[in-house]
Amino acid sequence: MITIGADGTKEVTPPLSDADAESLKAGDRVRITGVMYTARDAAHARLLPLIDAGKPLPIDVRGQIIYYTRPSPARPGDVVGSIGPTTGGRMDKFTPKLLALGLKATLGKGARSQPVKDALRQHKAVYFGAIGGAGAVLSAFVKKLEVVAYEDLGTEAIRRLEVEGFPAIVVNDCHGGDLYQDGMKAYAREERS
Amino acid sequence: MREIHVSSIVDAVKKLCMEANYSLEPDMLRAFAGALEKERSPAGRHVLQVLQQNAELARTKKIPYCQDTGFVVCFVDLGQDVHVTGGGLYEAINEGVRQGYQEGYLRASIVRSPFDRVNTGDNTPAVIHLDVVPGGDLRISIMAKGGGCENRSKYKMLTPAEGVEGVKEWILECIRTAGPDACPPLIAGVGVGGTFEQAARLSKKALFRELGAPNPDPTVAAIEREVLDRANRLGIGPQGYGGDTTAFGIHILTYPCHITSLPVAVTIECHAHRHKEAVL
Repeated sequence: MITIGADGTKEVTPPLSDADAESLKAGDRVRITGVMYTARDAAHARLLPLIDAGKPLPIDVRGQIIYYTRPSPARPGDVVGSIGPTTGGRMDKFTPKLLALGLKATLGKGARSQPVKDALRQHKAVYFGAIGGAGAVLSAFVKKLEVVAYEDLGTEAIRRLEVEGFPAIVVNDCHGGDLYQDGMKAYAREERS
Repeated sequence: MREIHVSSIVDAVKKLCMEANYSLEPDMLRAFAGALEKERSPAGRHVLQVLQQNAELARTKKIPYCQDTGFVVCFVDLGQDVHVTGGGLYEAINEGVRQGYQEGYLRASIVRSPFDRVNTGDNTPAVIHLDVVPGGDLRISIMAKGGGCENRSKYKMLTPAEGVEGVKEWILECIRTAGPDACPPLIAGVGVGGTFEQAARLSKKALFRELGAPNPDPTVAAIEREVLDRANRLGIGPQGYGGDTTAFGIHILTYPCHITSLPVAVTIECHAHRHKEAVL
């Protein structure tokens, strides 16, 4: 579900529908509230053979958001340590297949490949960016964290996060919009001669 | 001969690892503030403001600035009059890393082999570069080097004919292709000259220089200024959202080279530029 907050920021609450994804445009600021799943290199590598074999995944990705991160350890009494995004491009190989299964958004930092951007259009999904290296600030928006799959992967296990007002921006929308390309074009300046 | 016991090396490295991950150096904080005055992009300014908050929160709450608490890269200047006692220097540095990362709630990000990729669990080993220098001091400089930006570091063997212009173009090409992936605003550490490994080593060492301090050679300093200006015209901006602040600094170190060679190594460093040093 997506609503507009008092300050104009879009409030994103999974699960998300096709229409929700279509309402998001590159450059939109959003706040995410509810559930996100974490997964990165090692977890994705395990999901792929399951997808290829048509077997069920340990999490139901339909309508959901996957956050590319691996937090630092929590101090006693804290929910989580530092929890900023990792580079999304490393998951490019896996993402189109997850989007085909109904995943509606991924959250990371850094540019995605053309096949991922094409899959976002085809399956009506978005790529959110969170501020890389702002892991201390972002930790405050995580209210709960539990391991839900691949516990043996340790810190790379799939975690279920409950977040409240987690800040992000739409980098790639399902209409072909690309914040990185638009932003660079808008601010590139001629070289001094 | 001055004796330094390994226990003081372990303690120093442990403290440096923790401090580096919680507290950015003042030069970085000045860079954020300076960029905010000039940045035209609202999204870019927002990113810089969040990074300022992040630095403050990390410092006061002792929570890592970035969840990628890095590969420990350690430059050691060992005075030739120093005798390390009680064990090995490298073992002591790694023990300091082990204790610092475990006691400091820092993430273990190192795998024991590039092929089997089993995590060592304590962020060891460090990458250690040793220089023997005159005197009786032991200087240890550590950097917690993030993986995302390291993955965008590049190397090129230019020809002497490509010259200074070729070097400038290559540094800019590295920044352009790093784009949003390397968490800009970034710093480029550049090693020019020497052999293959010497240029790469210099590109790391260059990052320890205070941000904004030029290379003492005016010719090299002019190249640094020009490339920085051109980098900030690329439009990539903070976090790649578009803007005027793509790089905070270009730090070049040079070494004599072979008549046939012009090696250029570029280490890309993100805004989470975490480094500390201690002199024992």
